[in-house]
Formats: sequence, C-alpha cells, structure tokens
Amino acid sequence: MTTTAVTEPVKDPKDPWFRRLPVISHFNKSVGLQRGMLVAGLVLTGLFLLTAVFAPLIAPYGFSQISDADGNFPAQQPPGGKFLMGTTVGGYDVFSRVVWGAQTAVLVIIVAVIMSIFIGVALGLVSGYIGGWLDRTLVVIADAVYAFPPLLVAIVMAIAISGGRSSLWGGILAAAISITVVFIPQYFRVIRAETIRLKAEPFVESAKVVGASNIRIMRLHVFKNATRTLPLIFTLNASEAILTLAGLGFLGFGIEPTSAAEWGFDLNKALADTTSGIWWTGVFPGLAIVLTVLGLTLVGESINDLNDPRLRGRRKAASGKGGPQSTPGAPAAREEEVSSS
Amino acid sequence: MTTLIEAPPEDGEGLLPIKKKTSGGGLGRYILIRFFLIFPTILILVTMVFFLMRTTGDPITAALGGRLPQEQLQERIAAAGYDRPIFVQYFEYLAQLITGNFGTTLSDNRPVAEMLATYGAATLELTINALLVALAVGIPLGLIAAHRRDKGPDAGLRVFAILCYATPVFFSGLLFKLTFSVWLGWLPVAGRATPATELALTSLEAPTGIYWLDAIRSGNMAALADVMAHAVLPALALGLLTAGIFLRLVRTNVIGTLGKDYVEAGRSRGVSEYRLLTKHAYKPALIPIITVMGLQIAVLLGGAVLTETTFEWKGLGFQLATYLTARDFVAVQGIVVLLAVIVAVTNFFVDIVAALIDPRVRY
Repeated sequence: MTTTAVTEPVKDPKDPWFRRLPVISHFNKSVGLQRGMLVAGLVLTGLFLLTAVFAPLIAPYGFSQISDADGNFPAQQPPGGKFLMGTTVGGYDVFSRVVWGAQTAVLVIIVAVIMSIFIGVALGLVSGYIGGWLDRTLVVIADAVYAFPPLLVAIVMAIAISGGRSSLWGGILAAAISITVVFIPQYFRVIRAETIRLKAEPFVESAKVVGASNIRIMRLHVFKNATRTLPLIFTLNASEAILTLAGLGFLGFGIEPTSAAEWGFDLNKALADTTSGIWWTGVFPGLAIVLTVLGLTLVGESINDLNDPRLRGRRKAASGKGGPQSTPGAPAAREEEVSSS
Repeated sequence: MTTLIEAPPEDGEGLLPIKKKTSGGGLGRYILIRFFLIFPTILILVTMVFFLMRTTGDPITAALGGRLPQEQLQERIAAAGYDRPIFVQYFEYLAQLITGNFGTTLSDNRPVAEMLATYGAATLELTINALLVALAVGIPLGLIAAHRRDKGPDAGLRVFAILCYATPVFFSGLLFKLTFSVWLGWLPVAGRATPATELALTSLEAPTGIYWLDAIRSGNMAALADVMAHAVLPALALGLLTAGIFLRLVRTNVIGTLGKDYVEAGRSRGVSEYRLLTKHAYKPALIPIITVMGLQIAVLLGGAVLTETTFEWKGLGFQLATYLTARDFVAVQGIVVLLAVIVAVTNFFVDIVAALIDPRVRY
C-alpha cells in the first residue's frame, strides 16, 4: 500500500477553492475510461451514503419489525407486492434490512477508520521520528499483526471485547475496534516510512537548527507532509472495513439482529434458505455489499491513479513504457522495480 | 481479505531494521536473521491471542458457565489450574507449546494436536485447490489484459478483478450454490464428499486426510470423481477472491517487461507478438508473483474460514467457527497458533526465495 510514487495532485492556487478539493480536482484531471470509473465509483458511494443517511425515510419498516397493523409479516414471501425484496424466514422485510444495513456499515466504517487513522498516524510519527529500539519493537509487532489473516485478528478482538455479540452501539464499537486493530499496522507502516523520509529533509533540519522542539517539528513539519496519502488509504480501507464487518457478521460475531441490520449476518441466515431455492434473502444483502465495496474501490483506485503522474490517463499518444492507464499502487511500484532491474 | 492493492511488505520498509543489521552481510546471514525473526512473530501472536482470550474470563466458565453448578465449576477451574496467576499460566502455556502439547479441547475433549492434524489436511486441500484456480484464472487473463492494454478486454478484465475483490467469499459461494447446485443440480451443495466416500477414504490405512490424494492412492476412481465434484464450488469461490489480485499483478508486470529493450529487440527481429508475450515478457513478470503468493496464503487462510462455513467443508475454519460458538477457547487458541506458525513460516520462505531471485532484497 505504500507507494513512494504517490504524489499530491498539483494544486493551482489560482483555481477557486472548490476546484482544489480532493475529489473534484481529481475529477477535473481525469479522462476517458478513468473518468468513467471515478464517476461510477462516486455514484455508487453517493448512493450508499444517501441510503445510510435517509434510511429511516427510505425503509418501509424497521429492521427488526415483523408485524404491522395488518398482522404478522408472512415468512419467506417472494419479492413483490408489499415486500419489495421478499421476507426472511423470521418474517423480516429484506428491503428494509438492506437499507438499514447501509446505516450500520457507515457507522462502523467511520468509527473504525477514524480510530485507526488516529492511533496509526500517532504511532507511525513517533516511531519513525524517534527511531531506535522503540521503532524496532513497534515494527516487529506491526509486521506480526499485519501478516496474520485480518479476519482472524478481528474475530479474536470481537470475542475479547464483547464476548461475541452485543447491542447496537456495543456491537458497532466492538466491530469497529476489531477492524481498527487490523488497520493500525497499515497506517503505521505508511506514516512511519514517510516520516523517516521526511526526517532527512532540509526543512526539518533547519527547524531543528532554529530550535523548534521535537513535538513542534512532528506536529507542524512532518505530520502535514506525511499525511498526504491518507485520503487514498481512507477510501480503500473503508471498503475493507465493510468486508471485515460482513465477515464478522457472517460468522456470528457481529451485531445482534434485533439491535441493528447487518448484511453479513443476513447472508449467514440466508445460507440455509438456498437449498430450498429461496434466493431473495441472500442475493439482495450480498449485492448491497458488492456494490458498496465496488463503489469505494473504484473511487480509491481512481484517486490513486490520478495522484500518480505515471499512472494518470494519457491525453497524448503513449510513449514507450509510460504507464498503464490505471493500476493499483503496489503493482505499479513493482513495475518500477521490475523495469529497473 | 486484505486489499487487492497489497504491497508485498516483506521487501518493503517492514524489514528496514534487518537491512540495517545485515548491511555488508551475505545471503547466509540474511537467511539466519530472517529465520530467527519467525519466533518473535509467532510469540507476539500467541501472546496477543492468549491474553485477549483471557480478558473474557477463564475457558471453563466460558464453555460450561451456566450449565454446571457453581461449586463444580470452581472445582474444574481449580483442577485445570485456571485459578492461578495469569502469568504463571502464560509461561506454562508457552512451555507446553514448545513441547508440542496444545492441550485438550473443552467441548469434545480431544487432544488439540490431533484435531489440528485432522482438520488441517482439509484446509490444506481447499487452499491448494483455491490457489490452483487463482493461478489458472489470474495468469492467462492477466496476459490478455496486458496484451490488449487500454482496449475493451482490458477494461472489462479490470472491472472483473475489482469484482473478484469486492465479492465476499460467502456471497459468491451462495450464488454458486444457488446456480450450480440448486437450480442446475450439477454439483453437490456442501461437504467434502458423500458419506459413503468419506467412510471409504477415512478407513484407509494411514490416510493423508487430503481426499483426492487418498482416492488416487487407493485407486478408487468413483471416490475421486465424488471428491472432485465436491471440491469445485469451494475452490472457485475462494480461488476467485485471489484471482483478481494475480490478474492485476501479471498485467502490470507484463506491461512493464513488454516495454523493455530486449522485447523491443525481439520485435524488431520479427518475433510474433504472441511469442513475445508468452516467452519473452511472461517469465520475468512472474517473479513478483512468488512474493505476493506468500501474502495471499494469509488471505486464503482468512477466506478459508468463511468458505468452509459456507460449504460446510470440515476444515480448520469450519471448526474454528464451531469452537467459537461453543466458547471452547483452548481449541480456538490452538487453531490460531497453528495458523500463525503457517503464516510466519510461509513468509520466511517467500523472503528467502525473493532474496535468492533478487540480490537487492538482502543487502
């Protein structure tokens, strides 16, 4: 995930402020297929966010509602009529649960990513700047956690926090912390590498000469420069957070079905339905996961490509090995390595 | 389920301290230091899992609490030594691990080591199958994408690669089950084999636990066909998850090598584009795949937990989910430790292979 090649889009100070906002400036730079991918990603992500925010208005029923004025909801009703996407074996309305699920997902992503950015960035800055044994210890720990299957780390965390399952906020917090533990090493790595690079820069040295304190240097000079790549990691990790949350829910370590709707949990319940040919209970929450992750990944990758001049779409004819129109950061860095060998 | 844009960390900044230590050292020294780094990795994970599990209480209360009267519970806790200071228990656990004693499961009372061996084989089989699918799908499609770069097929394949990543294994598994098992009726819904086959294969002398291997060894072709039919859908579901990553990796690397001077030289001599692609550009592009394959082992093992639950494939992942539900933390600890060892050892070998191929990694 660490591309040394990622550079900030050139910001023309003459542009009005709104044109210099991250996503908008990226949009203006994109061409052809790349713009299409960015737009598709933005539309999907926007749809996901809108659904989450307006869930109470969109969803016809509550996520754990099994009856209304006309009596109990029928079980395993095929899509159509009163139930747009059918009902589950427990009588839940699938459509409502898919809509409410978006809200749960957004809450978990926000809590998880903010926590991991906060802790990961702080650790990375301190570790990279101070160095020495502290740095080595933290790197070994981060590498150990990083190498381990993320889902297993999340499961262990989920058990430790809530003993398995819990209420809405308890569950959201547990899921978020589990995901955070997986992500901290990633932020840590990126920020630490950047910090080590920046430490050797002349402006840090001159700040030292002037007599700035370590904390001031870290806060003012290193932090601002080291965090340029964060918007990119944010989008990519948001999609990973959704997948981890769904995985936890699928294994039964997510959030209780009565406290919130969660796509992974619904898929777990839908598994038993498939053998009898009932498809609507699984396909709709599954599609919700795929489309959300797809949208976030498209946005993240487009930003990554547009940040990198070597990968940015070519307006003119290709020259030699130039750069593929768009590729993820790591293989791109690899490509550099391969082509320089 | 790590991202699809994973940078191989092993040769990245992660090993910076080692690079410092080994500056001026040779390959032998690198291997040695890298080898000793396996142990802290495992130790950290074991420690983490041990203490995290213990924050929820002792295993006996977790597993049997509520089902036994309080006095009996206390008796059993005392008998198992769970009432002693946690650090005493921790060091005792470590000492046991070194001698290969993982303890006994609480829910079904069998030695953890035996349980690991039985179900580990099933997971190994699934992982190998999935890796084969991933390579068989990812490499050819990556070559096509590189060849038709920026054209229609390339765009289509890139979306396919992202879809591979965006679809959770349990959802693709569910779709496969619906389509191929329920609607078309071509393949079995779940499990590793029909009960009859399973019985025939497990009653063999010294079974490996890898069913297709056992079937071939015993010359039982009907069993082999049965095992294969059961293996297709789980392997596809788990394999496609990583196929997208291989696809993209092959694509970028082949594009990189296609622009090189020696390929250009071949082209000027009149070597066909097809031959350039499959002979000249392909092989050097495969090197990074080895590094990434090591990382993918962790992804596959994580995915195996979900795949096995989806298809009731009785492997480590399926058992892990079962033991987790039963709150059998001794068994869970055992499984997690084994996976940690596998991941640490694989990463070690990947680093060594990478160092052998590319001397720049080890200076």
